[in-house]
Amino acid sequence: MSAVTLKNIVKRFGTFTAVHRTTLEIPEGAFVTLLGPSGCGKTTNLRMIAGLLDPTEGEILIGGKRVNDVPIHKRNLGLVFQNYALFPHKTVAENVAFGLKYRNVTKSEIAAKVRDALDLVQLPHVGDRYPKELSGGQQQRIALARAIVIEPDVLLLDEPLSALDANLREDMRVELKRIQERIGVTTVFVTHDQSEALALSDLIVVMSEGRVEQVGKPEEVYNTPASEFVANFLGASNISEGRCIEHGATIVVEDAVFGRVTVPAAKAPNLTGTGKAKLVVRAEKLLLSKAPAPAGVISVPATVETVDYQGQAVRYFVRAGEVQLQAINMIDDHPFAAGEAVHLHLRPQDCAALPG
Amino acid sequence: MSVEAREARQPWILLSPALGAVALLLLVPLMFIVVYSFWLRSAMGADTVGFYLDNWQKTLTDRFYRDILLNTLKIAAITTVICALMGYPAAYFIARSRSNKMVLLLLLMLPFWISYIIRTMSWINILGTSGALNSLLMSLGIISEPIQMLYNEATVILGLVHFLLPFMVLNVYVSLEGIDTNLEDAANSLGATRWQAFTQVTLPLSLPGLAAGGLLCFVLGAGTYITPVILGGPRDAMFANLVFEAIITQLNWPLGSALSLLLLIVLGLLVAIYNRYLGMAQLAKGLG
Repeated sequence: MSAVTLKNIVKRFGTFTAVHRTTLEIPEGAFVTLLGPSGCGKTTNLRMIAGLLDPTEGEILIGGKRVNDVPIHKRNLGLVFQNYALFPHKTVAENVAFGLKYRNVTKSEIAAKVRDALDLVQLPHVGDRYPKELSGGQQQRIALARAIVIEPDVLLLDEPLSALDANLREDMRVELKRIQERIGVTTVFVTHDQSEALALSDLIVVMSEGRVEQVGKPEEVYNTPASEFVANFLGASNISEGRCIEHGATIVVEDAVFGRVTVPAAKAPNLTGTGKAKLVVRAEKLLLSKAPAPAGVISVPATVETVDYQGQAVRYFVRAGEVQLQAINMIDDHPFAAGEAVHLHLRPQDCAALPG
Repeated sequence: MSVEAREARQPWILLSPALGAVALLLLVPLMFIVVYSFWLRSAMGADTVGFYLDNWQKTLTDRFYRDILLNTLKIAAITTVICALMGYPAAYFIARSRSNKMVLLLLLMLPFWISYIIRTMSWINILGTSGALNSLLMSLGIISEPIQMLYNEATVILGLVHFLLPFMVLNVYVSLEGIDTNLEDAANSLGATRWQAFTQVTLPLSLPGLAAGGLLCFVLGAGTYITPVILGGPRDAMFANLVFEAIITQLNWPLGSALSLLLLIVLGLLVAIYNRYLGMAQLAKGLG
């Protein structure tokens, strides 16, 4: 059974439609990420599940029960905000205990539960302090402890890592995954950060302009993007207009740069027949090399134009004929220099195709 | 001159015109008042220069003055409580409204464009014997003769509330604006009803603003002079009216000085207590 179901949800603010008709199933115990750029409707969806916004149309079900008319304080959800939203006039322990006061929990049980929750987020000794005495990362752990101590049916996380420094964010990401797996709570996570989404999720819902573009496991949305938007939003891709010239036992797309490419059927699920098509080549699947290509690998001559050196990896902008392409390669030693002539190697099985 | 010394001097240079004005127009006259309060007014009407404690003795021991001082503080306290009860919901509404916040704040400022005296006198047209309310009640047949509603303690308080309410609303509004709205959402998500979220989170966090508004209302209310003159009866004199009476009517500057200093000290103590527990920063926020 789904923990949360959105059924034909529409949300309008005046004349602006923030969420177009959306239907979504969030499986029990799963970590589901709503991913997309700002203004794509991901936070609106989260706030509707939370009960902070009412849907204009459609139904929201939590645990199989319709909750459209259930006020937020009766939904039993854990909510974590980007800016932590800890109560500044209460101590850490009082913050964590806040939700327990509204449940039938005795004083001694409250103390024990608060202690357990603080242990879980690895901050057992800060109960007597005030939120402002803690660092941002610590405050966010407390906010998480406050949300999970009430044993919510669903944990809702609204960009909880965005306010943290880069290093801290990665630590918190690992921490968040550990805690979520430990307590097994169904989690809806909202972010615009693709690496967070890929690292944490069981299921990613990619959204754009109020619509769901694709729902899938991280490796599915990454390797087999269902639309040009998804291909561009998750990682860097080279997308070119081409033609599908064979759509049967094998799928062949003819492309201006790479010629005839045999695309695996699994990577072109939305391509229905021959005709206009788009070839999607991930930047990290395009390998720069001085050596000729081995058998079965497409090779195209190109010139390096820009080198964006990043340490263990390097991002090249290369020119093959009229077309500029992007390639991200791992390197051991020195990157190729700008102006150098190279071969672009591409395995056909790494390509995906979209309807044109 | 070192950079540090130059930087340390800069604020003083910028502050000096204001400080000069305050010193010349406030502190120096205040010193005169202090000196006056120890002079003595003789029977002939001329002031005797010297150091006499007679005025202070009279001011501090005369039951008449004490009663009026206590009554003044009582009226200020009632006014403050009414302003808090009426002003808080209004401030909350403005702080939580999204689209027309600026219009509402402008409406709040609107009364300041009309003289305080005119605003106070407008009540005569509403509550007077030939005022709007009496006319309405008579035309409805509820009363046959006009009722005298004016010139009592209640109308003095009414006038003060009318005058001071915007100060309360502004102060509470500023403190509510500073509270993250996610805090109420967080409290709701944890199981608190809207009312519980308000009493547990928003109200405690807005108390500094409420206290600042309260202090302003109380001090301005206790020092008021115009309102009891226009809306009060002969027995509703407040302390500032005594000062006026002594200085302007009786030309007894030494006694008037002692009386005005007493009021200053009482209200100053209140501000000092407030500052001790809440700090002046909150008051500055509310005024800005």
